Amino acid sequence: MVPVAQCDPAAETSVRLRVSGRDIRICCGTGCRANGAMDVADAFARAYDDRSTLQIHTKRTGCHGFCERGPLVMIEPDGILYTRVKAADVPEICTRTLERGEVVERLVYHHPADHRPIPLAKEIPFYARQTRIALRNIGRIDPTDIADALAHGAYAGMRTALTELTPTEVIDIIEHAGLRGRGGAGFSTAGKWRACRRAPGERKFVICNGDEGDPGAFKDRSILEGDPHAVIEGMIIGAYAVGAHEGFLYVRDEYPLAVRHLEAALAAAREAGFLGHDILGTGFALDLAIARGGGAFICGESSALMRSLEGRVGEPRAKYVHATERGLFDLPTVLNNVETWAHVGAILAAGPDAFAALGTGRSKGTKAFSLVGKVQNTGLIELPMGTTLREIIFDIGGGMRGDRPFKAVQTGGPSGGCLPASLLDLPVDYEQLTAAGSMMGSGGMIVMDDRTCMVDVARYFLRYLSEESCGKCLPCREGLRQMVGLFDRLVTGAGQTGDLERIEALAQTMQAASLCELGKSAANPVLSTLRYFREEYTAHLEARACPAGSCRALTTYHIRAQDCNGCHTCFTACPLGAIAGVKHKAHRIDADRCIGCGACFEACPRHAVGFGPKMVCAGQEA
Amino acid sequence: MAPCFDPAPLAEILARYAPRETSLIPVLQDVQRAYAYLPCEGLAAVSKTLGVPLAKVFSVVTFYRAFALQPQGRTVIKVCTGTACHIRGADRLLDELERRLAIAPGQTTPDFGFTLKTVNCVGACALAPVMILGERYVAQAKTNRLPALLDEGGHA
Repeated sequence: MVPVAQCDPAAETSVRLRVSGRDIRICCGTGCRANGAMDVADAFARAYDDRSTLQIHTKRTGCHGFCERGPLVMIEPDGILYTRVKAADVPEICTRTLERGEVVERLVYHHPADHRPIPLAKEIPFYARQTRIALRNIGRIDPTDIADALAHGAYAGMRTALTELTPTEVIDIIEHAGLRGRGGAGFSTAGKWRACRRAPGERKFVICNGDEGDPGAFKDRSILEGDPHAVIEGMIIGAYAVGAHEGFLYVRDEYPLAVRHLEAALAAAREAGFLGHDILGTGFALDLAIARGGGAFICGESSALMRSLEGRVGEPRAKYVHATERGLFDLPTVLNNVETWAHVGAILAAGPDAFAALGTGRSKGTKAFSLVGKVQNTGLIELPMGTTLREIIFDIGGGMRGDRPFKAVQTGGPSGGCLPASLLDLPVDYEQLTAAGSMMGSGGMIVMDDRTCMVDVARYFLRYLSEESCGKCLPCREGLRQMVGLFDRLVTGAGQTGDLERIEALAQTMQAASLCELGKSAANPVLSTLRYFREEYTAHLEARACPAGSCRALTTYHIRAQDCNGCHTCFTACPLGAIAGVKHKAHRIDADRCIGCGACFEACPRHAVGFGPKMVCAGQEA
Repeated sequence: MAPCFDPAPLAEILARYAPRETSLIPVLQDVQRAYAYLPCEGLAAVSKTLGVPLAKVFSVVTFYRAFALQPQGRTVIKVCTGTACHIRGADRLLDELERRLAIAPGQTTPDFGFTLKTVNCVGACALAPVMILGERYVAQAKTNRLPALLDEGGHA
């Protein structure tokens, strides 16, 4: 236990621990909940009852972002962040920090390089480089308490829009800010709104696309869970701008907590008079309803989502029919992503210039990403457009996990691509990612190390998409099926001469001829890995080997006797009992029983497990 | 061992919704929640009440992943096979579950103890690999934790 001043000399003057009137913000996002955050929150709530003279408030907030280190507890206004907090740590935090003003050093983040403790969140590199607009109130407010949201500026942008501006002026501001869709394609938000406003007809709709289907992306879940009011506020402003009086929030059924918080927030907003017949006495009327998704990836596609809202099978439509003219029930509709809506209120409240000042040429403002995979600091981040991949992965992400070398980063989910180390200095914005053969997508960023096989990653996305293809158009339905077959051959060492050319031809056909973006962009993971990692494909095809040691049919494992100290860890990790050996003596893998899962490789603390190619005769595994 | 069909919860659900096509998916979701699957008897009633042809009801049911036409186990295990989980070993986890439960994804154990499913991404990627045991999210689900986890799940 050390006082803050001793932890970090630089912070000596900035940190003054208060002895009363503190907020304890416990992250209760899905991630921290899985690690026991609710028990921590309960423990604080119990402790707080006994210490009410200190005026300590416990608050259950949404995701603080630093999921890797959860459960997270933030002590405000000091700004101390405690990581990996267990319920058993709570009495110590109460006694030491809340009563005596000391920092519990073992619970603070330690710098990975020099192991220096960093008690203040704002000085942790993961937080220090971020600029939060869409995520402005997440982790700060209790998402189920509208009064708390209002105290943090929620609905201020709505008030400005509805009471001081005309609908056209609102659209002009959004245009001036340069806001583009945060769901993937990056359409101009103001452009959509203007088209819908101009479309003839009295009945119009606004829709929030919360069907965040890209595997590896969870920014929308975190926004809906942690600050549903930002989304509702954005939709009210959007509805006012386009002249809509009905709206829907389409949320994945896999996000139960998001649905619960949204339901509570809608009820509170109705109660407060922000939804209903005469909002803020302006005469403007709007109501919003939640629709839960049915677990179909394609429903994240806007026209499929609208069919799903109509109670039908989620099949997309050809895009010459514009949703802004004929969308839901064939009526003019504006559909925006969760994050896009969350930006709107902030832009109206702060003015468009602040937003437009951030970012690059045509990509303005900030973008939220979920940073996951083989990186040290996994979690949710928001950065100005134009930040480089290197800054994201190595400065904010803290570099690679387990000291393995960086190999690739996958962005944009199944529609995106894998970018290699040579592109680490690429500034991340819509144009740059597309030019590099990937995509912004919904902001998933999956970091991969040398143990990730690029052929396997491409195959993973193909299999994923072939299950999720709605089957309406042939290039997507059949193209994916054929592609999966070709990749199955590659990863089992049964590839045939000409397979790479067949794959490329199929990919190009799907790009050109598919009906919707799912099929058109399905080729991206394949083409980008072929472009940057062709030698890995050749290895699978010609040498029938997986250089990453990831494809099971092509990989064998062995233990280097000279490096093994007989700690028995691999013996316990092996699911099949294929490892023989007694403690303190070198262990051995029984090649006949080994299924090549790699559990021993991951488990070995001494890196004594090695892998090598397995001899596969051509056609043997076919 | 499959449960007998009790029409009462279904009637209660149907009474809450307007009898039109747009109610179809929310009704089916509620029925799925109430019965843990979609009983055939129930689908016929849904079709009749909402005025949606049974064939159309089936097309919706089989299109969306969230719906099941077979009775589910007491504990449903969902293994996340999202990208982050995939590269952190979701395959290994799934293989081991298949081996221990002796069922493939989508199947239910003969005693209706467990149903094994895969799910595309539960958005808890920072904790990969993730599995959901009933309602509980298990972070960093490693194969060596499975015996204890399945034991708890079996008793829940």
